[in-house]
Amino acid sequence: MAMTTMQRLDKLDRRWVFLAMAVAVAAPLFFKLGLAPKTTPPVQAFYDYIERLPAGSKVLCSFDYDPGSKAELNPMCVSVLRHLLAKGHRPVVITLWSTAPAMVESNTNEICRDEFGKQYGTDYVYLGLKEGREAVMVAMGKSIRSTFPHDFYGTPVDKLPLMEGVENYSSFECLINVSAGYPGTKEYVQYVTTRFDIPLLSGSSAVSVPEYSAYYQSGQIKGLLTGITGAAEYETLIQAPGLATTSMDGQTMGHFVIIAFIVFGNVVFFMSRRRKGRG
Amino acid sequence: MKREIPILITLVFGVFMIVQFFIPHPVVNEIANRLQNWAIIVISFSYVLGSANILRINGELVYRRGPGWLYKLVLVIAFFLMLIPGMLFGIAEGSWTNDRLFTYTYVPLASTMYASLAFYIASAAFRAFRVRTWQASVLAITALIVMLGRIPISHLIWEDLPPLVDWIMNVPNAVAQRGILIGAALGAIATGLKVILGIERSYLGRE
Amino acid sequence: MDFFWLSVAGLCTIAVLSFLYNDNPLYKAAEHFFVGIAAGYVVCTEYYNVFRPNLWDPLTRNGDLWLLIPLALGLALFSRFSQSWGWISRWPLSVIIGTYAGLAVIGFASGDLVLQVQASLIPVFEPAKVTELTRDPGVLTFLDVLTNPLFTLGLISVLFYFFFSIEHKGSLKHIAVSGTTLLMIGFGAGYGYTVMTRIALLFDRFYFIFVEWLKVA
Repeated sequence: MAMTTMQRLDKLDRRWVFLAMAVAVAAPLFFKLGLAPKTTPPVQAFYDYIERLPAGSKVLCSFDYDPGSKAELNPMCVSVLRHLLAKGHRPVVITLWSTAPAMVESNTNEICRDEFGKQYGTDYVYLGLKEGREAVMVAMGKSIRSTFPHDFYGTPVDKLPLMEGVENYSSFECLINVSAGYPGTKEYVQYVTTRFDIPLLSGSSAVSVPEYSAYYQSGQIKGLLTGITGAAEYETLIQAPGLATTSMDGQTMGHFVIIAFIVFGNVVFFMSRRRKGRG
Repeated sequence: MKREIPILITLVFGVFMIVQFFIPHPVVNEIANRLQNWAIIVISFSYVLGSANILRINGELVYRRGPGWLYKLVLVIAFFLMLIPGMLFGIAEGSWTNDRLFTYTYVPLASTMYASLAFYIASAAFRAFRVRTWQASVLAITALIVMLGRIPISHLIWEDLPPLVDWIMNVPNAVAQRGILIGAALGAIATGLKVILGIERSYLGRE
Repeated sequence: MDFFWLSVAGLCTIAVLSFLYNDNPLYKAAEHFFVGIAAGYVVCTEYYNVFRPNLWDPLTRNGDLWLLIPLALGLALFSRFSQSWGWISRWPLSVIIGTYAGLAVIGFASGDLVLQVQASLIPVFEPAKVTELTRDPGVLTFLDVLTNPLFTLGLISVLFYFFFSIEHKGSLKHIAVSGTTLLMIGFGAGYGYTVMTRIALLFDRFYFIFVEWLKVA
């Protein structure tokens, strides 16, 4: 029996859907739209918190993501470091994900050393990875030195000028966590912020934002960068547009395509069902 | 004793992690710190165990020329290709392991694995997302509003769309997530206590 | 030399994307290569970041003999490979389970339970918001009036939905239905943000292919 158009659409090979998605997201690379997002309150709160920090503050930065999430979180990581250094703050960088050390090291050196010309050990420090998730978070609340006896390069932390006087979370003005999942912001909220009374700023993958919105609303997170859009808003605020801002065009087209698929898919479904009902 | 001693270890470590929160005495803190450091070291060994297990299983298949053994050989070669230079020359910036192997193989492979999910989301949106019930309608409408509201031109569609999405995220969504968080917290506390007290022993495996 | 390695990365990307057309040997090879590299990398990171600074150096240089205990426990994990000696691996497993169970009890109680409930202990109704609505009627001011009732009564309805010890019938069913509605809004928001994440990752890959590798855009 010959298939109607609706029946053909209902049974459409998914590879055509893949192709449409690919064309929609890739096209803005060739035909730039130049869209920039407007700032939302959680991102503004993140920015304002760093702006209000006392000059020269030591800030603990925990960048917890892997290459699978770098598209969203690398721009955040880089922008956070830029903002901190532009304001004269001194980041101490760690990571809790086992496939993150190389990426985090690359970002840290690219911004701190190469772009801002900062001195390692005095202006910024990279302590590297510590496996152990929540146990590491709680252990740092007692002693960061015994949790991280060396930095990423094997230098004892006692020999790093920036680590002088650093005992635990109370030695830092705030904690900034850029995370893709577990362990990350949720665990810092549960095990660190209340227990050790350190303000937490979070940048996360968009997929975690709905959950972290409850923490932001309750005040357990002081500011929240919401996925790639939040990263683009933050880049606009610090006046350093980067990959996140560039991706807004593709993001817009991708959203429109998904919306179209949902609407069109349901139209096809209901029309097919009505036709079957008549038949 | 094969099960009793592990249950006792669980009890000791679990109780100490709880007690250290309520008794901030230096002696308690010192012991808790030490136990946490030990847990960090043991967990690190468990990651190495996982890698060793991958090597063992795939190595056996290569040795026995099992089904797909050529692919398993690729896996074993890749394992040693990363391990040997990594252990000899390090994994920091400036090493071949980091600057070439990790950056130009692992990073694109991992990124693309996750990126390909976008295609499946598109396919599911067209072929599986069916608004059959009122609950699905609420879900779909919220999803459409959020997706439209989170693009740069949302304020051109409707000027109140961005603040509407902010309200959705900060109020009804936060309420729903809060309910889930509270329910999950109660469950986690109950399960944690059952594990510590030895009521829940499934982690020990069979007798 | 850089273009060679960029091409290696490009080939890896294309190999994974080729699965979208059909399963093929190139994809399978890339998948296995990925697992092998990841497993090898994890061993290296654990050695440099945990084993040496937290165990080996304090044990050998500072003479902290207590560290022989976690060393023994860590090595005991490998007894899992033996059928007859595998029971020894329960000891280090118990260390891990006990530690995380204890931390979880406190973490969930203080971080999720107490503070989240505390954040919902607000007045059910705020007259100031109604005044604002009459002064400046609009969608947003109307929704603002609903904020407090949702945080109090809405939360109760969501929690009631998960309470299965009482049958949800009669008027109780309406409470559960309200909870379901709020949960559906939460899941809808979650779907929208999940779409955002996936598209961002996809764009990054296309950016690499067309801008960084092939340089055609």
